[in-house]
Amino acid sequence: MSVLTRTPAPQGRTRISRLQGKARYAPTLATVGLFLAMFAAGAIMYPGFLSGQVFLNLLIDNTFLIVLAVGMTFVILTGGIDLSVGSVVALSMMIAAALLQAGWNPIAVIALVLLTGATFGLLMGLVIQVFEIQPFIVTLAGLFLARGLCYVISVDSITVTDPFFTAMAQARIPLTGNLFIAPGVVIALVVVAIAFYVLHQTRFGRTVYAIGGGESSALLMGLAVPRTKVLVYGISGLCSAIAGILFSFYSLSGYSLAATGLELDAIAAVVVGGTLLTGGYGYVLGSLAGVLILGIVQTFISYEGTLSSWWTRIVIGALLLAFILLQKLFSRKVKLT
Amino acid sequence: MNALLKHRLTWPVLALVLLLVLNQLFRSDFLSVRVQDGHLYGSLIDILRNGAPTILIALGMTLVIASRGIDLSVGAVAAIAGAVSCTYIYNSPDPTSLRTAAIGVSIAVVAGLALGLWNGFLVAVIGIQPIIATLVLMTAGRGLAQLVTDGQIISVSNDPYQAIGAGFFLGLPISILIAVAAFAVAGLLTRRTALGTLIEAVGINPVASRLAGLNARTITWTVYVFSGLCAAIAGLMISSNVTAADANNAGLYIEMDAILAVVIGGTSLAGGRYSLVGTLVGALIIQTLTTTVYTLGIPPEVTLVFKALVVIIVCLLQSSKARTLLGKRKRPLTEQAEVKVAV
Amino acid sequence: MNEIVPVVDMNNISIEFPGVKALDGVSLRLFQGEVHALMGENGAGKSTLIKALTGVYAIDGGTITVMGVQHSFSTPAEAQAARISTVYQEVNLCPNLSVEENILLGREPRRRGGIHWREVRRKAKDVLEQLQLGHIDPGSILSSHSIAIQQLVAIARSVQVDAKVLILDEPTSSLDSDEVQQLFTVIRTLRDRGVAILFVSHFLEQVYDISDRMTVLRNGKLVGEFMTRDLPRMGLISKMIGKEMDALAELEEAESRREPDRSERVPFVQAENLGRKGSVQDVTVAIHAGEILGLAGLLGSGRTETARLLFGADRADQGQLRIGGTARTLRTPRSAIDQGVAFSSENRKEEGLISDLSVRDNLVLAMQASKGWLRRVPGHTQDQLAEKFIRALDIRPANKDALIQNLSGGNQQKVLLARWLITNPKLLILDEPTRGIDIGAKTQIQKLISSLASDGMSIIFISAELEEVLRLSDHIAILKDRRMVADIPNDGVTMEDVMTIIAGSNA
Repeated sequence: MSVLTRTPAPQGRTRISRLQGKARYAPTLATVGLFLAMFAAGAIMYPGFLSGQVFLNLLIDNTFLIVLAVGMTFVILTGGIDLSVGSVVALSMMIAAALLQAGWNPIAVIALVLLTGATFGLLMGLVIQVFEIQPFIVTLAGLFLARGLCYVISVDSITVTDPFFTAMAQARIPLTGNLFIAPGVVIALVVVAIAFYVLHQTRFGRTVYAIGGGESSALLMGLAVPRTKVLVYGISGLCSAIAGILFSFYSLSGYSLAATGLELDAIAAVVVGGTLLTGGYGYVLGSLAGVLILGIVQTFISYEGTLSSWWTRIVIGALLLAFILLQKLFSRKVKLT
Repeated sequence: MNALLKHRLTWPVLALVLLLVLNQLFRSDFLSVRVQDGHLYGSLIDILRNGAPTILIALGMTLVIASRGIDLSVGAVAAIAGAVSCTYIYNSPDPTSLRTAAIGVSIAVVAGLALGLWNGFLVAVIGIQPIIATLVLMTAGRGLAQLVTDGQIISVSNDPYQAIGAGFFLGLPISILIAVAAFAVAGLLTRRTALGTLIEAVGINPVASRLAGLNARTITWTVYVFSGLCAAIAGLMISSNVTAADANNAGLYIEMDAILAVVIGGTSLAGGRYSLVGTLVGALIIQTLTTTVYTLGIPPEVTLVFKALVVIIVCLLQSSKARTLLGKRKRPLTEQAEVKVAV
Repeated sequence: MNEIVPVVDMNNISIEFPGVKALDGVSLRLFQGEVHALMGENGAGKSTLIKALTGVYAIDGGTITVMGVQHSFSTPAEAQAARISTVYQEVNLCPNLSVEENILLGREPRRRGGIHWREVRRKAKDVLEQLQLGHIDPGSILSSHSIAIQQLVAIARSVQVDAKVLILDEPTSSLDSDEVQQLFTVIRTLRDRGVAILFVSHFLEQVYDISDRMTVLRNGKLVGEFMTRDLPRMGLISKMIGKEMDALAELEEAESRREPDRSERVPFVQAENLGRKGSVQDVTVAIHAGEILGLAGLLGSGRTETARLLFGADRADQGQLRIGGTARTLRTPRSAIDQGVAFSSENRKEEGLISDLSVRDNLVLAMQASKGWLRRVPGHTQDQLAEKFIRALDIRPANKDALIQNLSGGNQQKVLLARWLITNPKLLILDEPTRGIDIGAKTQIQKLISSLASDGMSIIFISAELEEVLRLSDHIAILKDRRMVADIPNDGVTMEDVMTIIAGSNA
């Protein structure tokens, strides 16, 4: 049998794989393309849309969502999901508001909130990992628990009057020209940068991708699968807490019904950003672009004036559908090649 | 087989009984049912009546989950159903008549079926993962409902319509009768025909099912349409109970309650073998829990904390892993690796 | 002969599962620079033993000594730290990552500021070149390569970690013979570098081709350790199955073929240049009632693809198909089944079994699917059918309510066969019905195929074992490189004849 010549032509293979290497970026590139197209459309349709500040306002208004989407990206890359993020944001806001009202030092408050969020996430991760219960169910319990704890702290909303928080809420960092951003934007972008670094330059980050590619494979390759799986939920919890603080800077209050359904926006942003919900494929920068797209939809609707606010939800749903179909097309193409 | 079923339902039933006993301890008249104006009243009846929408939605959800799917859109579908029927009744020239109510209800049912068809189309024809496919409608659905109601809360006063959620028939609340009827129909439909087994087959191994000649597409489609129907009826109950359509809050988080009910009832989220009775018990546990919180005089908002605890406890009890860990620590890694490799 | 210390010394290993003693005092020694075959029938305990050595199972008794140090592994990571690497049949790498990452995952070279990607590329290239695999682009995504290449990447990974022990668990079952030779070249290179290699395979020829020594297991017990050149094939087989040549004799019996009845002039299935882009082309066959058509060809030559076209599992986009004399287009398996075609996939677990359902539910599934969900096959009919086929095919345990996942591979295969027999098909397509099952069950299935054909059923028989195809088939369709190249009557055709056709035809 060894007389037979080798059939596969190596060159053909490398060409296919190079093509496929590019196809990997296709959904994310589509997201960025869509964002640019929408921005251009806005510029044509509305006077005053084409300004740096409109773009920067997208960032300013969505700092918390950016951070949430970053945490969600980690979780989804492993093939998991975190439904608790919206509730943890609310809980973080409630804790912060309550403690500030009690006269705590704002730095201590922030530290404690971040610690609480990370611990909450880690605990969910532990339950998921140790008892092998689906992430969907565990983080659903987390959603209920965090939201319920908000009410335990207070049923009414608490206003934040702390000077540091109000300063952060009003602070503007001037850029060139008349442009400015809020401090929250810097924090959010730093979070994105750190996440990018962690995902692409550390073994932990690569393990996140490996788990999404095949958990049992990763385990058999001797990677630290259990630790990584617990940690991604910790990261998501931490991001939720950071988002909670940013939301507090934005709203200067804590109330139990805050951020309801925010987990849906975060998931939508991640999916629109090109991350496959089955895990293994996606980029944190894509998620950033996803958040900006959701933001620009809202901007559009406010510019349009005649459209009612519920169109936001409908358009986000339609976008979600469009990107899911795109992903479907993309994964079918990969299979064919 | 019987032993397995028994085993599966042991914990949920025990939990339900415990909750009921707890309530009885705090309020001695809890378990009593009295007759007033020929209607049955009492805490137990309240539990059943308030739980009817959840029971219905959980019923549809059970079959969806058994087919290896999930339907996140049911809350949104319920809101849309309430919105379309109330908006129709509100705008009709004769808003109090039985005929108007009947048409309103029919429109809502058709809407539910259509939305179920839509979900089924995305899952069965386009081949999108169910959790994602139904996420689309979950995200957009309340926007659609608001579009229908123009962002208003639409109040109606139509007696026949009100009867769906608040009326009595033969002494029993109509909503309970509807839920029971739906249960009976679903039970007969799945176990007297081969539908149940085929749903399980698709849920366990869709590829093998197709190669065995099963029309998996039809089956998947059927379960999502059924789920949409259940959600629409539940939405009618909810809106009829408060005689208004609230696009934002009607059926909020009810998809979560329904999924919990299914899981508590012993059906695995991974699809396959399911238990309708288990789901019923699961839904009752959730509703009883809410009632218990009232009984104990705890602020009702805190119910969520208890719900979370129940979810965690029930899941831990059902997790074979937890059992092994609590029992003897016999090479936990073994089973983990085996299960994963087997997948 | 002076005493060399083995690299791996597993001594008197026992492993118990609830109610089963999977391994009972088994010993295994691996020496530097040898290829050691682990042999045994299904259920002999081969994979359990491997899993004990790779840290997947904890052992209940005995000792594992690796390079003089006693270990008790409880995770795969611990075994890997002891320089033991494993390549599994289903490649355990991450398809979404690049080749280079898969080779170095978890041990990427780092510098200040994170992973040193250029160094990753260099190291991966280096390893691939050492194994003469320089043509694989290290930056390409793993999923863009064939299973064979992926397996070689998995071996490259083990070379990269400088493994002293390499375990190959059924590495060849999805490779064609070229790929096998390529794999063997790599294995020999590694052996000559002093790696101890444990090789597990169902293919006897390959075992004799590559191994130096072998350990034989049976029913969780050690039969013995032998030099490969001292143990003739028949001796090995009898040690594996534990009884004398009864089963083998039965195997021979099946050879006496019956004459197919060609009285019906119109073939039941007639395909002309049937094909599908990217799948298989030029399928031209005619199968009469009572005929057995064998599909021969190397793995990847398009055998399974041909079957899937004839069953409507994939839709043909070229050529014509006539069933029972009428032109047909098969869009789904359903439409093929309605014409009396049945197909039992080679991939039992993924494409056959409904694992959580009972033997009975699995048995009646195809019949139920034909009737539609509204008309349920009555319970007593189900029971009767189940009992009848459990008896007829000797399915064990003889319990129709047992979950099918708890049956052995051979018995699962019989259930899947019965699933189609119940529907009384006119054409039964069997893709690798005897793969990975023990010799006893194999013989039973071969006999069954013969007798079904005698009763007038048409059969398409696909097997990687050419001799099995030759023994059973009336005529043989030969595939090469996803094209049908010949259809020859089986009158004294030898393996050499078929190989000549495959080697000679330039498709």
